[in-house]
Amino acid sequence: MKKLINHPDDVVRESLEGFAAAHADLVRVTMSPATIVRVDAPVTGKVGILSGGGSGHEPLHGGFVGLGMLDAACPGAIFTSPTPDQMLEATRAVNGGAGVLYIIKNYTGDLMNFEMASDLARDEGIAVESVIIDDDVAVNDSLYTAGRRGVGLTVLAEKITGAAAEQRRSLPQVAALCRQVNAQGRSMGMALTSCTVPHVGHPMFELPDDEMEIGIGIHGEPGRRRVKLQPADAVAEMLMEPVMSDLGLKPGDDVLLFVNGMGGTPLTELYIVYRKAAEIAAKNGLKVTRSLVGPYITSLEMAGCSITLLKLTDDLTALWDAPVRTVGMRWGI
Amino acid sequence: MSNTVITLDEVVAWILAYARAISENRAMLTELDAAIGDGDHGANMDRGFKAVSAKLQAGGTDISQVLKTTGMTLLSTVGGASGPLYSTIFLQAAQACAGKTQLTLQDWIVMMDAAAKAVVARGKAAAGDKTMLDALIPAVQALKDAAVAGLSLADALRASAKAAEDGMEATLPLIARKGRASYLGERSAGHIDPGATSTYLLFKTAAAALAQPQVQARKW
Repeated sequence: MKKLINHPDDVVRESLEGFAAAHADLVRVTMSPATIVRVDAPVTGKVGILSGGGSGHEPLHGGFVGLGMLDAACPGAIFTSPTPDQMLEATRAVNGGAGVLYIIKNYTGDLMNFEMASDLARDEGIAVESVIIDDDVAVNDSLYTAGRRGVGLTVLAEKITGAAAEQRRSLPQVAALCRQVNAQGRSMGMALTSCTVPHVGHPMFELPDDEMEIGIGIHGEPGRRRVKLQPADAVAEMLMEPVMSDLGLKPGDDVLLFVNGMGGTPLTELYIVYRKAAEIAAKNGLKVTRSLVGPYITSLEMAGCSITLLKLTDDLTALWDAPVRTVGMRWGI
Repeated sequence: MSNTVITLDEVVAWILAYARAISENRAMLTELDAAIGDGDHGANMDRGFKAVSAKLQAGGTDISQVLKTTGMTLLSTVGGASGPLYSTIFLQAAQACAGKTQLTLQDWIVMMDAAAKAVVARGKAAAGDKTMLDALIPAVQALKDAAVAGLSLADALRASAKAAEDGMEATLPLIARKGRASYLGERSAGHIDPGATSTYLLFKTAAAALAQPQVQARKW
């Protein structure tokens, strides 16, 4: 294992300490329990937006704490859900009297820990609502599985929901909006290489030089199928097709096209994928009116990408364009 | 003659023995999880039970309190799905034995039955989903069967460990329907479930640490 770390046991804590030192203008960081909170929280009268999940997906979620996006993030161990005590601490810190919305990626551990945290917060009289993001079309939804994973759409949901909270929309309104985003967006990812969790010390799975994994999640878990390596244009087709058909998009629909890097793929390559994805969208009559390209929800050093499409409305577009000032996303200010 | 009751000292010894077993098997649990999950089960459980061990070094004053301390510590240190689920086992067991200074086989059955039911409710899983329940449910059933058959406490604990082991091994061909392994679909078959493995270790250490004749002898 070749990593810029000191010791596997110290990775999350030391990274968080560096994050706190670098971005004290935007966030307050507590270490025990670990929370990242917007520097001016709680904002009186504003719904607090809280998310969290395992570490290793940076800039998600801590990098999206700040004006116009998240009020707090709870970082867990690498690829491991954070714990209810962290979530409760963060909930208290961001409750400005208008309640708190939890944005939860659909993973068994995240759901259970957030469920326990919302019980604890309600016991303290804080109004809490939860929205589960499950946008990954690679997983067939069924009563007999954990359901679809929460992946790329989480980034867009946090941005749009955060903007709505900034406009002082109510907790039920903000929660309904987040559910709308989840209903109108889908994603699918792929990997060229595996990734190495520091305390494991070797790659999560072996991927030969001439093969790639389609339908990957964000935790190094292998995807649905393995195929021979193909050019970027063919990969863009493999990802776009299931996303478009699952969303049931119609010619003339406005969409946001998001090409996400998994951590180890350069922007040069992401733009090659974007180029083809935009061409496919146009060929299907879609109007790509907003776009996002870059590593926003990653899987450590994994090489690969995911594609997310979000069907836009005028409201969603305006909220997307609204000012945001976070470590990972910043515009309009 | 083996002992007919479980004492406070034995409950503490059991939890400490389980913490050692998790530590010794950390790499194995991580390997099992890397095959079908995300490779964090060994590290997460070890982090949690190291924290539990530190809290229990001084022993305890009350069986229910020891179990509750264990559950609360796991809840704030483990994370993932294992944190809430293992926390639930200990918190439910604590509730079910409140006020008792020693535990009979019947007490133990009530505690483990409550724990298993709560894990089902929290995880929304069932037997055969390739989860820790595939070891937990048979272990509890074996305790009940042992009581009906009139076995001693020690024999009942051994029977539950054996049932948990068989249940763990039976997860090998199963296709996962819960947790991260379920994303793999058919590719999850051919691997033993890591959660069922750590649950087997829980019952294995219970059989070794609880109802020991020498502990009773020391009291005399």
